[in-house]
Amino acid sequence: MGTALDIKIKRANKVYHAGPIQIINSTIEMVKPGKFPSGKTEIPFEFPLHAKGNKVLYETYHGVFVNIQYTLRCDMRRSLLAKDLTKTCEFIVHSAPQKGKFTPSPVDFTVTPETLQNVKERALLPKFLLRGHLNSTNCVITQPLTGELVVESSEAAIRSVELQLVRVETCGCAEGYARDATEIQNIQIADGDVCRGLSVPIYMVFPRLFTCPTLETTNFKVEFEVNIVVLLHPDHLITENFPLKLCRI
Amino acid sequence: VAPAEVVTWAVRSGQLPLTSMASAENEVCAVWSVACPSQTWRLQKVQCGLSGAGQVPSTNMAAGDAGRGGVWMGSRADGPRTSGHVTGKMAVFPWHSRNRNYKAEFASCRLEAVPLEFGDYHPLKPITVTESKTKKVNRKGSTSSTSSSSSSSVVDPLSSVLDGTDPLSMFAATADPVALAAATDSSRRKRDRDDNSVVGSDFEPWANKRGEILARYTTTEKLSINLFMGSEKGKAGTATLAMSEKVRTRLEELDDFEEGSQKELLNLTQQDYVNRIEELNQSLKDAWASDQKVKALKIVIQCSKLLSDTSVIQFYPSKFVLITDILDTFGKLVYERIFSMCVDNRSVLPDHFSPENANDTAKETCLNWFFKIASIRELIPRFYVEASILKCNKFLSKTGISECLPRLTCMIRGIGDPLVSVYARAYLCRVARLTWGSVSCSALLLNSVMSAFRAEFIATRSMDFIGMIKECDESGFPKHLLFRSLGLNLALADPPESDRLQILNEAWKVITKLKNPQDYINCAEVWVEYTCKHFTKREVNTVLADVIKHMTPDRAFEDSYPQLQLIIKKVIAYFHDFSVLFSVEKFLPFLDMFQKESVRVEVCKCIMDAFIKHQQEPTKDPVILNALLHVCKTMHDSVNALTLEDEKRMLSYLINGFIKMVSFGRDFEQQLSFYVESRSMFCNLEPVLVQLIHACVAYCFITIPSLAGIFTRLNLYLHSGQVALANQCLSQADAFFKAAISLIPEVPKMINIDGKMRPSESFLLEFLCNFFSTLLIVPHGRGAGVYLTVLVCSTVDSNDSLYGGDSKFLAENNKLCETVMAQILEHLKALAKDEALKRQSSLGLSFFNSILAHGDLRNNKLNQLSVNLWHLAQRHGCADTRTMVKTLEYIKKQSKQPDMTHLTELALRLPLQTRT
Repeated sequence: MGTALDIKIKRANKVYHAGPIQIINSTIEMVKPGKFPSGKTEIPFEFPLHAKGNKVLYETYHGVFVNIQYTLRCDMRRSLLAKDLTKTCEFIVHSAPQKGKFTPSPVDFTVTPETLQNVKERALLPKFLLRGHLNSTNCVITQPLTGELVVESSEAAIRSVELQLVRVETCGCAEGYARDATEIQNIQIADGDVCRGLSVPIYMVFPRLFTCPTLETTNFKVEFEVNIVVLLHPDHLITENFPLKLCRI
Repeated sequence: VAPAEVVTWAVRSGQLPLTSMASAENEVCAVWSVACPSQTWRLQKVQCGLSGAGQVPSTNMAAGDAGRGGVWMGSRADGPRTSGHVTGKMAVFPWHSRNRNYKAEFASCRLEAVPLEFGDYHPLKPITVTESKTKKVNRKGSTSSTSSSSSSSVVDPLSSVLDGTDPLSMFAATADPVALAAATDSSRRKRDRDDNSVVGSDFEPWANKRGEILARYTTTEKLSINLFMGSEKGKAGTATLAMSEKVRTRLEELDDFEEGSQKELLNLTQQDYVNRIEELNQSLKDAWASDQKVKALKIVIQCSKLLSDTSVIQFYPSKFVLITDILDTFGKLVYERIFSMCVDNRSVLPDHFSPENANDTAKETCLNWFFKIASIRELIPRFYVEASILKCNKFLSKTGISECLPRLTCMIRGIGDPLVSVYARAYLCRVARLTWGSVSCSALLLNSVMSAFRAEFIATRSMDFIGMIKECDESGFPKHLLFRSLGLNLALADPPESDRLQILNEAWKVITKLKNPQDYINCAEVWVEYTCKHFTKREVNTVLADVIKHMTPDRAFEDSYPQLQLIIKKVIAYFHDFSVLFSVEKFLPFLDMFQKESVRVEVCKCIMDAFIKHQQEPTKDPVILNALLHVCKTMHDSVNALTLEDEKRMLSYLINGFIKMVSFGRDFEQQLSFYVESRSMFCNLEPVLVQLIHACVAYCFITIPSLAGIFTRLNLYLHSGQVALANQCLSQADAFFKAAISLIPEVPKMINIDGKMRPSESFLLEFLCNFFSTLLIVPHGRGAGVYLTVLVCSTVDSNDSLYGGDSKFLAENNKLCETVMAQILEHLKALAKDEALKRQSSLGLSFFNSILAHGDLRNNKLNQLSVNLWHLAQRHGCADTRTMVKTLEYIKKQSKQPDMTHLTELALRLPLQTRT
């Protein structure tokens, strides 16, 4: 007769406060040695998350170079005749609201052929004028990124306007550091040749799991940027980049 | 000696416009007379009598039937100029009249009336549609297929309203496959009805519109569906990682919607397309039922994407309907699932719950859906799918929906294709109607709502709209236009009774404050109709006064004649009682604003037109008379040398209509003085003068009977008749003469003159002389040069009672006939000499007809005469063959009647000349 071991984490109305704690394997004994009655036995448990004195308990984060993961492992040691049972399960940690007052940092922008960098033949570019603003580049992770974009004029028809959320991970190592940017979400905010002079809303919800508050430690950094990508006919691609600072309040 | 002139003038009273003045006589009326063209004529001798009783064998004559078929004659028997004709040398034919029953003859000529059963077909009956529901379903099913023949069938609005309300036929229809659609329709409709609880049951249900759109927007072009499943995968890994292990394995098992599979269906007919979409709708439901939520979402996303394709643009509205059906299904499934999560063992969530009632699991699931949808890459599917689950915001927060709506609305701005974006807006409006009223609107939107929605819907919520108009943001769209739109709706549909006065007060408060006269009048003009419709003259007066007050400064009215005219038209349309209308104090001052003559006349025409249309009873109301005389005078005074004939005719018609409706009853003095006044006012319009003459003649006609002296009456009838005749009032003259004739029997044998009783005969004789001589000049339609011969008059009763079948009279009468016949024959002969062969022929035939109609052809001589006349008519090939043929047919037909068998023989003796 097989025995299954499951770990279930119930959403308790408790917040895992992250104070200055150590990241160690803290172990607690759930059940004293003995025998389970036949059938299903549920054992409630809870334990505080402790971090070391100078360490910070970071939010759960899944990246390419950086992974911050919290797992629970439950071991059930059994008699010699039966194998020990083990089960692991990831749980997600949100950090406590950051201290200090949240101050929005709005930014206005204008994009014309002249403001672009990395252009080989500026003369070949069709004329256009884009204006817009982001309500804040300091973003609360649970709140959407918002702003407006106005196509004041454009010689070429617009094919699409997209918001590209990019994650930038930087890892320090012996040779220097490695920096890698990956797209984590791409949201189209305009499809086709939009009306001139009419503001198109910039609106993007930060995806859970793939975003976390901007993180800067001695060993690594996790940062976020948004690109406003405008595609013009026939195949011009204009990108305007804005670094973001995500936080949780 | 001038040749005798013979003219036929038969009058059938039913065919002449006598009825207005004389009591209509149904009998055939004709007058016999002999005339001379000279003006110095004088009747010397008159003989009147009754034919019939004595003429016809007594066996044929019922005692009481004596009055029928009499002939009344007058003749100028002697005198220097005519004696020659009377004593003609031709053979003398004795007159024998035949017996006739005019009433029976008249009845036999009329069309037979057939009673019409209610259900019978009749081309004039209104069309009633008795289509059953089953039929309807079939038709609906075939709409899409018939579309291949490019006929865009129009949905019958009646049946679409009735659509699906009959449970019996629905039941009957379940047997065939299309009924499935009907069933889903009805459940959809039920849901729509539930949703409508927010906006009210009078809101036009989507099901109606849906059907209309599907039936109307069809195509024969080939369509394509391009489904690309799993587009989310790989890009960010979102889908992959968010998906549970379980779901991913399931997805891999799928054939149709494999990860990354692309399905392109080309060359679909419209029906194929509809079927495919229906299949997708079904697989959405199946996926949901088997707990494949992600697959369900993918189907919805892919379907929404199809809406960005506007190729085959004429089919787009129908495509929109089909795909939003899927979105509706999805929205409903998500909502119901989350709703069911809120249900625990103890209680069920009430329909109108608040977010606190929803438990955490439900909220978390709901939030997950929104997160998932927020990560949809493409704009159009992201918009549609989010809109489809808009209602789920209710689980998260009270204000969720109203916070979402502005964002979704702005999101549409990103859609570049105007058609796609407009339809996206339409979808949003449809799902957002749940939050009706909670959204503060811009003026432009309010105006669009008021012009697009049914008037009844707007009208029942007038107070709400007034509230919204007051509060709305006016930028770019002035409020007076909003009030105008509201007013337009209220002109079409009625608001609740209790609100009516308040609506008017609220609206007018705003309107009266408008400074710009153009803005003011555009708005006021619309609201006048509402005021007239629901309120009394007091309110209308106030409104008119307000308009005058606004439009008078700086002669603002000069720029607003069209609107002011409309106001008048609306007031007239609702106030049919002109005594009430003219008691509206400001009505006439309002008219004074029309200072440009052409406009003024136009307005006057409108008023008169309405008066003629609505005034039922003759009137002598001094207010009406005064006002309308003024109005008519305005019209009359506009006539000048350049006025077109048509215009004059129109004006005359209107003024005449007015004159006809004026009656002072027995107060003839007033009536006459009114005519006198009218005459002086309207002297430029001939038809009006003619009307006045008619009126005066009519006045005489109705006044004469009130006099006592019988000879006075007779002579006045005669005089009036002569006057009427002189003024071309033929029918009136005729009425006078008839009145006189019907009065003759009442003349007593003895009359009192200066206290002595004297025989009346000499007076009567004198009158009759005058009378007949007048009759001689009664003109007839054929103009000069045609001579009078036969006037047969059928006022038989009078003759009957006057001469009572006196055999002496009859003999005299017959003698007279003989004389006349002799004269005619003489004349016919004369015509031959003059080479007037055509006239001879027609006169001959008409003489033949007279004999046929009134003579007794059993008499050999008459019979021979008629045969001779027949030949004469044809002799010179001048006869009208058709008439001859018809005459002969008539004779043959007559011969079938009893007492007329002798005509058979006659018919045989009447050859028809063939035209060779």
